[in-house]
Amino acid sequence: MIRIKCPYCGLRDHSEFNYIGDATKLRPINPELANDDEWFDYIYIRDNPRGVHQEYWQHISGCRSYVKVLRDTVTHEVLKTGLPSDDLLFSYEAEK
Amino acid sequence: MSKYSVLSLIKNAFSDNKNWERAWRDPEPKKYYDIIIIGAGGHGLASAFYLAKNHGIKNIAVLEKGYLGGGNTGRNTTIVRSNYMLDENALFYEKSLKLWEQLSHELNFNVMFSQRGVLNLANSDSQMDAITRRGNTMRLNGIDAELLDRRQVEKMIPYLDFSDTARFQIKGGLLQRRGGTARHDAVAWGFARGADQLGVDIIQNCEVTGFKTKGNNIEIVETSRGPIGCGKVGFAVAGSTGHLASKLGMKLPIESHVLQAFVSEPLKPVIDHVVTFGAGHFYISQSDKGGLVFGGDIDMYNSYAQKGNLPLIEDVVTAGLAMIPGLSRLRIVRHWGGIMDMSMDGSPIIGKSPIDNLYLNCGWCYGGFKATPGSGWVFAHTIANDAPHELNAGLNFDRFRVGRSVDENGGGPIPNRH
Ligand SMILES: Cc1cc2nc3c(=O)[nH]c(=O)nc-3n(C[C@H](O)[C@H](O)[C@H](O)COP(=O)(O)OP(=O)(O)OC[C@H]3O[C@@H](n4cnc5c(N)ncnc54)[C@H](O)[C@@H]3O)c2cc1C
Ligand SMILES: [Zn+2]
Repeated sequence: MIRIKCPYCGLRDHSEFNYIGDATKLRPINPELANDDEWFDYIYIRDNPRGVHQEYWQHISGCRSYVKVLRDTVTHEVLKTGLPSDDLLFSYEAEK
Repeated sequence: MSKYSVLSLIKNAFSDNKNWERAWRDPEPKKYYDIIIIGAGGHGLASAFYLAKNHGIKNIAVLEKGYLGGGNTGRNTTIVRSNYMLDENALFYEKSLKLWEQLSHELNFNVMFSQRGVLNLANSDSQMDAITRRGNTMRLNGIDAELLDRRQVEKMIPYLDFSDTARFQIKGGLLQRRGGTARHDAVAWGFARGADQLGVDIIQNCEVTGFKTKGNNIEIVETSRGPIGCGKVGFAVAGSTGHLASKLGMKLPIESHVLQAFVSEPLKPVIDHVVTFGAGHFYISQSDKGGLVFGGDIDMYNSYAQKGNLPLIEDVVTAGLAMIPGLSRLRIVRHWGGIMDMSMDGSPIIGKSPIDNLYLNCGWCYGGFKATPGSGWVFAHTIANDAPHELNAGLNFDRFRVGRSVDENGGGPIPNRH
């Protein structure tokens, strides 16, 4: 079980959450002006890192808010969590 | 290298089976290969085999970071079928199924392909409509499909819950009799032996760690066993595609996710076909050793760990019990995970890449095992001719950019929904 700290409800099992996905993708700011390549990148392309991944989980069995999570895709360890608006910075080097 | 036959079996039996030749060599990597395939799973090995066999190319290597067949090829639930609706998938998978039907002869290696039939159950009226449409579409493409009503399903597999109180009533099913299962390891071993006999160097314990490029070409493949020069490069690394592509600064419409599989204690023959549930994601068959082999959904979150989590196990087992209540007293003896390359439309990508001499074979989602021979066939064609085969022309990387995604079940551009 992965344990995720919801900013409102505290540490909860991941089975209480719905996985939303990659939190780094931003919808083109000016949709009318965005070209095909920008839409392509936003809709289809993923960094898919082997290591630290920034992602959204929704606490559907709790407060129902979106939670931003930094998680390692190799160990499944949750490194940091916060509100969707938070900038979650993490590097293994800096933590040492 | 000698051929396997009844005679060789008898001969080796008399010498206590001590004199069998190695099935493939263990060569040192050369300085240069015309074609380097990365990943010795079924797809990489099949690609090398058909490059040598169909296109007469000699100087080929397959590089594998672990042991051949140790990835998803050796971890999957071995279901083989071609029950697709969209032409891009249907015709490709049907070609693959036809290759399966000849594969043991072609490779002189018993891949234990068993056409026991794949039955997809329908548990609601709308599902019945959907499988009727699917079956009709398959038949229009010349692919076998039979629609069964509830009574026919009950006659065929009485062990389902046909009671009036069943939570999910069985309305009928779609049967593809030519579908079935194969022995996963044998597929890797058979293609490895076949490719090796045609001169392909299969190099195990050789991880690709980076690339040296010149212009828009890969010149050198960096490996844990030193740099190797190359003419062309093919990726066949399944769940590791995103990671390997990042070494070239390339991003793909793919996410890596973990899929688990399960085996029960061995039983006498009880489940004679491959059966899938309509009311939940669950599929089951019985191996020749007697274990029930089954699986369900991916764990849903990005993962490169070849292990899954308990909530999903509970989920899969719940679906299984809803479909076959009699499973409740069975014990699971083993379970494991594999890393799957989930594409954005649920269909694979086989074709050219943004780099001139690099070819992509990825995005197999839940179902690349059945594609193994077909994938090798068209990938070899694509690499040899620097142009796709007609069967993978629609499965190219560019389809996403131009809005021609091949979305079989209408899930939308969400990688864990296919
Ligand atoms: C649990 C599970 C159940 C499945 N069930 C089915 C099913 O019933 N039917 C079906 O059709 N499909 C199924 N699949 C999907 C199927 O197994 C895969 O799509 C298919 O095996 C992919 O084949 P492959 O040869 O490309 O991959 P793999 O066998 O994974 O081969 C890729 C190889 O690349 C190697 N590699 C990775 N990175 C590097 C590197 N940097 N350098 C060198 N080598 C590298 C890996 O070690 C690996 O051996 C299932 C998958 C899983 C995990
Ligand atoms: Zn909460």
